[in-house]
Amino acid sequence: MARIRFRDVRHAYPPPKGQEPVYALNEINQVWEDGGAYALLGPSGCGKTTLLNIISGLLTPSEGEILFDGKEVTDLPTSARQIAQVFQFPVVYDTMSVFDNLAFPLRNRGMDEKLVQQRVEQIAEMLDLTDNLKKRASGLTADGKQKISLGRGLVRSDVNAILFDEPLTVIDPHLKWQLRSKLKELHQQVGVTMIYVTHDQVEALTFAEKVVVMYEGIVVQVGTPVELFNHPRHTFVGYFIGSPGMNVLPCSIDGGQPVFGKNLLNIESRIKGQLQGKLEVGIRPEFVEFSDDGIPVRIEKVEDLGRYQVLTLTHESEIIKMVMAEDQTVPSENPRIQFDPHHTKIYCDDWVVEEAVNE
Amino acid sequence: MNKTQNNKAWWLVVPVLVLVAFNAFIPLMTVVNYAFQETFGDNVFFWEGTTWFEQVLRSPRFHASLIRQLVFTGMILAIEVPLGIGVALTMPRKGPWVSVCLVLMALPLLIPWNVVGAMWNIFALPEIGLLGYTLNSIGIDYNFTNQPISAWLTTVVMDVWHWTSLIVLLCYAGLSSISDDYYQAAHIDGASRWAIFRYIQLPKMKRVLTIAILLRFMDSFMIYTEPFVLTGGGPGNTTTFLSIDLVKIALGQFDLGPAAAMSLIYFLMVLLICWAFYTIMMRNEEQ
Repeated sequence: MARIRFRDVRHAYPPPKGQEPVYALNEINQVWEDGGAYALLGPSGCGKTTLLNIISGLLTPSEGEILFDGKEVTDLPTSARQIAQVFQFPVVYDTMSVFDNLAFPLRNRGMDEKLVQQRVEQIAEMLDLTDNLKKRASGLTADGKQKISLGRGLVRSDVNAILFDEPLTVIDPHLKWQLRSKLKELHQQVGVTMIYVTHDQVEALTFAEKVVVMYEGIVVQVGTPVELFNHPRHTFVGYFIGSPGMNVLPCSIDGGQPVFGKNLLNIESRIKGQLQGKLEVGIRPEFVEFSDDGIPVRIEKVEDLGRYQVLTLTHESEIIKMVMAEDQTVPSENPRIQFDPHHTKIYCDDWVVEEAVNE
Repeated sequence: MNKTQNNKAWWLVVPVLVLVAFNAFIPLMTVVNYAFQETFGDNVFFWEGTTWFEQVLRSPRFHASLIRQLVFTGMILAIEVPLGIGVALTMPRKGPWVSVCLVLMALPLLIPWNVVGAMWNIFALPEIGLLGYTLNSIGIDYNFTNQPISAWLTTVVMDVWHWTSLIVLLCYAGLSSISDDYYQAAHIDGASRWAIFRYIQLPKMKRVLTIAILLRFMDSFMIYTEPFVLTGGGPGNTTTFLSIDLVKIALGQFDLGPAAAMSLIYFLMVLLICWAFYTIMMRNEEQ
């Protein structure tokens, strides 16, 4: 068990000859509290797996250091770090039985066979693998194999953290739910730090207490699912989380208030001073509503998704998505919309304009 | 929909049947024919029953070449299989050296058998060959033309040189099919180098290795050209393996009956050993 800390970690893979290295990770300063359930969320290629491999020691970062409980481990090999990792594709040792698979990490560490037996049985019980212990691991289904991969991590009582690299990719949809809730249950039972990499927001939001959103090699925001939804710090968080994602529209500032098109928008507090850079206003589709006066729009499409409807609107050339309850009706003539002032955010060069500049 | 019955299509198979008949079935049947009869030429045959078979099976000469053959095959398998696996394990998996290694490995396989024999013959000659001359000049008494042990060692080394590449290439193919995840998982599980080999690499190589061993067994059990060119079966009969002996009986002494019987016994032995080996390997697979 340990608190894992990244200090100024950067990593670049060796570039092709004659090219400048591209940083897969750029300046990560991050603390993973002991016993937390974290999700690392981001699109493919944003550096999630790189970050995970740096924690487990499969990769050594180009710059910066990693501390476990304040002790530097940057150059320690995987085996000295007490980290377990579950990969995207299940890894089982084909020729061994399920029991031997689960016992493998313990036997490699020279544990007494009696203790191995005890420990394996206990973990098999947790993962509902008891009936399969004697079977050959290669005969199991994908979810069974993934459980073995997971079990090999759990079986070691001394692990500092268990890392998951998109572990449910190859699992059938109906089993995904089961395994995910199993993971959550195990986290509560065992209390070990779990870091879960995914590009699926539903997976991240249901599993984690804290979601770490990554984008192009940096951590753009860390927060609970609710924080990410209500206060996205970066436009990427806005449209990556939520379905449909946040509307991000170009704007200008006039007298401390944002102007979208020719429409003055209301926000909670005025913006002071001059902002340099690309200015945008962000509003979640859930906080857009029809009103008598406001921004004139054209309704392009109405999708009925059962409990709610998703409307695609246009104002001049800008597309605005809107979510509406199923029982509400769409105005037939001259529809106008307004944005909820409490949930309208201003972004400057993709980063939210903080309270500091507000009144 | 009605299925059209058109038996004329069967005629399209005829060329294959003719081909197989002429290159496999008819020659084999000729051998069977010779194995049970005696002939003095002019296409006159006398029925001999199993006489030739009994004669071959009781013959000390056959026993001797069979033992030599088994020892030779056993030796080259015992050297080539571990060596091939070892070389495959040390070959780079990524980078520009991969193709260099692959080409170097493939080179011996591209050389015709008799050329290999001739090359090694000259290479190992005690007076002028690089190997023979060097060995003698550093004080090792080496002459494969008159020392049985030298002749044996040269033959074995030649075969290892010629065919280890095949095992290397097949094992390498098996190894490259293992994804990095396996190695990473093994590191995380704290597996030793030996455990990685035993539980990840060897199982993944098993299928190709089975094929490789089968091929090497069959080829080495039927080896003819290389030792024939290198030693001609000598000195004395010390490197006379089954094929060489067979050719001596069939063409040297023109004893067609015993030669035919010996061919059939030889053929059945290869078939039986291959079948047994393959069945055992595959049965393990299913468990």
